[in-house]
Amino acid sequence: MGWMDHLVAAPVLVPMMAGAAMILAGDRWRGAVVALGLLSTVLLVATAGWLLMLADAPQVQIYRLGDWPVTFGIVLVHDRVSALMLALVAVLGLSAFVFSLARWDRAGAHFHPLFQFQLMGLNGAFLTGDLFNLFVFFEVMLAASYGLALHGSGTARVRAGMHYIVVNLVASLLFLIGVSVVYGISGTLNLADLAARMRDVAAADRALLEAGLAVMGVAFLVKAAIWPLGFWLPATYAAATGPAAAILSILSKVGAYAVLRVWMLLFGGEGGDSAGFGGPVILAGGLLTIAFGSIAVLATQNLSRLAGASVLISSGTLLAAIGAGQVAVTGGALFYLASSVLALAALFLLIELVERGRDPGADVLAVTREIFGTGDEEDGADAPEAAGVAIPAIVAVLGLGFMACTLLLAGLPPLSGFLAKFAMLAPLLGPADASIAVSRWVLVTAFILSGLATLVAMVRVGIDAFWASPPATVPRVSLLELAPVGLLIGLSVALTVAAAPVMDYMQAAAASLHAPGAYLDGVLGGVRGARP
Amino acid sequence: MELVVSLAIGVLTGSGVWLLLRSRTFQVIIGLSLLSYAVNLFIFSTGGLRTGAAAILEKGQEGSLAQFADPLPQALVLTAIVIGFATTALLLVVLLAARGLTGTDHVDGRERDR
Repeated sequence: MGWMDHLVAAPVLVPMMAGAAMILAGDRWRGAVVALGLLSTVLLVATAGWLLMLADAPQVQIYRLGDWPVTFGIVLVHDRVSALMLALVAVLGLSAFVFSLARWDRAGAHFHPLFQFQLMGLNGAFLTGDLFNLFVFFEVMLAASYGLALHGSGTARVRAGMHYIVVNLVASLLFLIGVSVVYGISGTLNLADLAARMRDVAAADRALLEAGLAVMGVAFLVKAAIWPLGFWLPATYAAATGPAAAILSILSKVGAYAVLRVWMLLFGGEGGDSAGFGGPVILAGGLLTIAFGSIAVLATQNLSRLAGASVLISSGTLLAAIGAGQVAVTGGALFYLASSVLALAALFLLIELVERGRDPGADVLAVTREIFGTGDEEDGADAPEAAGVAIPAIVAVLGLGFMACTLLLAGLPPLSGFLAKFAMLAPLLGPADASIAVSRWVLVTAFILSGLATLVAMVRVGIDAFWASPPATVPRVSLLELAPVGLLIGLSVALTVAAAPVMDYMQAAAASLHAPGAYLDGVLGGVRGARP
Repeated sequence: MELVVSLAIGVLTGSGVWLLLRSRTFQVIIGLSLLSYAVNLFIFSTGGLRTGAAAILEKGQEGSLAQFADPLPQALVLTAIVIGFATTALLLVVLLAARGLTGTDHVDGRERDR
């Protein structure tokens, strides 16, 4: 085993060691801490890029921790979907890290170590091939996210953070109940081994096993903020600081990833009598989440809450697409995941910059002004205002970024959001002569209407924030803060330009998710054939 | 034995859920603790419950699951206890911070209008 084979473990080890070293360095040597953080995030990007290239192959790579045999030890599994998620985490990590350097990392203690542990938990959750290990990485990720969500303190953050922590603690307990039921029935926690055993579960035990997995599924769906389990999300995300919210935007995708991975593996083709279990629930839950998110987007008057509600829509869209259970739709959903995570992170960072120049109550004031009208308009009409309102250059730049985010999130051409929506819609509509099931019509309608709602809401808020009432004070924005936003939006543009190879990759990933044979063979190897 | 353990789990879960749904932060945290005890007992019981058995093996016995309780759930419980303890401690701090910042111990940070 050469050192290159150990690279699969690097996305977990690098941030762990960096985080530990940062705690030792403390707040006294900020330069060292920042340098370590930069080293770690850049290394993560390099590793993730390398792993992404390695992953585009039919076989699955595994890494046995401590070299224990597969069914006894814990394995890290590295395939196309994991590599995709790792790459997203790495890019978000680098962007949020650089963004935080300008001011936010000094708003409270231990920002950098928490940030590294957050990355470690995320990477671990995406790599692990073991259910209990997934729980442990979930907890690492959540514990760090509690800290990050509360970073900067303040009444709003603590109030929202408390709800967030309590909801997620209960979800963790449900996860534990599910895991122990699964272990009690099947005698294994290795995902691939479990999938291989699904067919042979005794008929009497099957209902209990399905119940256990369903309880675990609820825990995943709480993370994915499915309706009605996601009311904590908009408040928490809106209250979090910019860089924390940007990294949190992939946290809700961990739930969707876990559903995708576990559900496809256990209830896909190899599931025996359980195949397709719970699919309608995921589909219906996703649709309801889209509906709730769309209403929330339209109802909100506040930029941050708007972004939080967009996370709901994005989660719902993903879940509904997964629930549809078609290979091509799943491929489109993966593309959507990449595009929407980048766009949401960019939006959270942008909002932080825009809000800086505005009065806290400006959003609400603007809406009341629209409804009731004030004396200003008559005065304004008399004044010769041929030149219009002068918009400061920095606000124009931010406005352009906001426009790009709007296009991405609403799914309008020319950016990748449109391609993603199209990739999900085209296979749903299918060939022209085939009849289309009602559920697919509902899904198509939901995708399109949610895009419309996002567009209406973001255009309304955007006009108000950038054009109608230019900020009272021009926000002071440093290059350190603009660069990450530019990077994220630039990557979305790159996704659009290189859509063909990216889409091929996503479709291959979706195909391997729907036909988990390669995953099982890759993880279990010789063990699978040898079992009596 | 099974009856006692399942009753204990049931009572703990019931009280935990009841407290969790109350409006004071302290009740919520006690409810969470009770729930996590119930879950720990539940995980422990999936390894099999036996009375009067040897800790690991009697002298001369062959090792098989019929002779001893499955040790893996016990390892899981240990992990779950540690994680539960840490997160509860964190929640306590947040609870105190919320009490200080909002001036009330209501979970929403403000009293309901009567």
